Amino acid sequence: MEWVNTILQGVLLGGLYAMFAAGLSLIFGVMRLVNIAHGDLIVLAAYVALVTVQTLGINPILSLVIVVPVMAIIGYTLQRGLLNRTLGDDLLPPLLVTFGLSVIIQNGLLELFTADSVKLNAGAVEIESIAVGGGLAVGVLPLAQFALAVVVIAGLQWLFYRTALGRAFRATSDDPSVARLMGLNNAHVFALAMALSLAIVAVAGVLLAVRANFDPAIGPARLIFGFEAVIIGGLGSMWGTLAGGIILGVAQAVGAQLDPGWNLLAGHIAFLVVLALRPQGLFPKVQG
Amino acid sequence: MNDVRVQHSNWSSRIGTTIVVIAFVALAAAPWWAERADLRLLAEIYAYVALASLWNLLAGYAGLVSVGQQAYVGLGAYILFALAMLGGVHPLAAIPLAGVAAAIIAVPVAALIFRLRGHYFAIGTWVVAEVFRLLAAQTAALDGGSGTSLPAAVVLSIASSRATREFVIYWIALAQVAVILFAIVWLLRSRYGLALTAIRDNELGARSNGVDVARIKYAVYVAVAFGTAMVGALIFLQKIRISPDTAFSVNDWTAFVIFITVIGGIGRIEGPIIGTVIFFLLRQTLADLGAIYLLILGVVAIAVMLWAPKGLWGLIADRLGWQVFPLQRRLVTKRRG
Repeated sequence: MEWVNTILQGVLLGGLYAMFAAGLSLIFGVMRLVNIAHGDLIVLAAYVALVTVQTLGINPILSLVIVVPVMAIIGYTLQRGLLNRTLGDDLLPPLLVTFGLSVIIQNGLLELFTADSVKLNAGAVEIESIAVGGGLAVGVLPLAQFALAVVVIAGLQWLFYRTALGRAFRATSDDPSVARLMGLNNAHVFALAMALSLAIVAVAGVLLAVRANFDPAIGPARLIFGFEAVIIGGLGSMWGTLAGGIILGVAQAVGAQLDPGWNLLAGHIAFLVVLALRPQGLFPKVQG
Repeated sequence: MNDVRVQHSNWSSRIGTTIVVIAFVALAAAPWWAERADLRLLAEIYAYVALASLWNLLAGYAGLVSVGQQAYVGLGAYILFALAMLGGVHPLAAIPLAGVAAAIIAVPVAALIFRLRGHYFAIGTWVVAEVFRLLAAQTAALDGGSGTSLPAAVVLSIASSRATREFVIYWIALAQVAVILFAIVWLLRSRYGLALTAIRDNELGARSNGVDVARIKYAVYVAVAFGTAMVGALIFLQKIRISPDTAFSVNDWTAFVIFITVIGGIGRIEGPIIGTVIFFLLRQTLADLGAIYLLILGVVAIAVMLWAPKGLWGLIADRLGWQVFPLQRRLVTKRRG
């Protein structure tokens, strides 16, 4: 029963990892940009939530109403003001600029909030749980977080394949120059994609802040978890990304159960095994 | 009949090479004219020139943008500590052994992460560095996560007096950076260098002209791992103390190195040298600012990347046609007589 519990907790954690991954995967899908600052932006969102909660005295979950639009605006501005200039055939500029951004966000947060770790308190809901039989109980909060992750992924899937904006994303992804000929403003489409990515980042950041302690230095590890979930799941597949997040979460939970020191290592090993045996990921949408 | 040959040097490279040789001789004599603190600072500068030059070869020429070279700095350092403390190997002999061991480990690592395309390769290198760091933290024989120090007996085996020991480490650091720079110049002048420069300028063009891009990238990755691990081993031999967080620090061994190369001029051999000088000048004046210092470096690096993508040396060299090292290829015809 202990193992069933471990796997269950891993699955629920996987939902959070899928959220880290969804924003990363969206940006790569639309403009072939890998945002190295992605993890630091998640931590930035957590701190925006912290400030919101402290100033307004509201519940962290409610702070989403403010954090999501704030991060989306940051995303739009960042893309139009900075990142659009780096896009092109050369891989170096986007990588180096987002790497620089990562260092800037990390050290800016360090200067403003110190290295002390903090956590948001969501109140009574944090300790509530539902019995699922066999002596097992699932926390209401982790379950709600997992459900939210599923909703976000489903929403993205719907947006991509059922809306005009999604069509614009797919069109610029397939061929930016033809998309422009068809009347799309690529700079605007890319900025909307980044705004959407950071809106998801905002949700992930608030969930992270409620779930565990955070400090300015934990961003890169979140980037790596999101990245591993994307690669395990397979590029270009939203549901694959959710599966990738769950596999990573379960691997970490099982590793931690065997030996606390193997928590993160087990997740990385799961990623490397997938990379060795099935480099296209478990559920790839596009070949190559 | 005309005989065509390739000319590498020009007037500026003849001046440049002379200056480099004079500087090398003066720096080799530093133990006689510099304070002990200056020697330590100089050794640190050499380490950064070496690390940045190796990263430049990897990212600037071979197009392999790694943000995980701390993997090999830490690996080299840990192998040195393991060999010296557990294997009883002389610490100086352990430096090249650390390089060889890291290169052997880099072979399967490269096979794995080369499966990741373009951008995702960068994050893959970071995962590798994380795995190495976590494994080092699990190595109980070297005190795991809390780290360990070299025992006095090992330190004394380098040289019994402290001054001699510091001189020896200083000279090795200078020799290391000189050999690495010389090797890179030599490599770039060879036919592989021509292939690498072609890959830098246009990978598709290089491939269509028959350059085996994949094989060259693989070889460069392993060679850079070899050099990076030796530099890392020496850095921590000088520090005497090691821990997973310092040995695999992404700020110290990757962020600084990338900023140095980008600001100085990526894809040019002079870039990392100029960048290191600027980096240390800034550090001596702004070090009190702590986190703000890194923030400023990040802003400067982004600004350079956007408005002067070839870095400061690129700005100078493009305007004036300067080169410090004889690397250009110019065909000159000579009438045979």
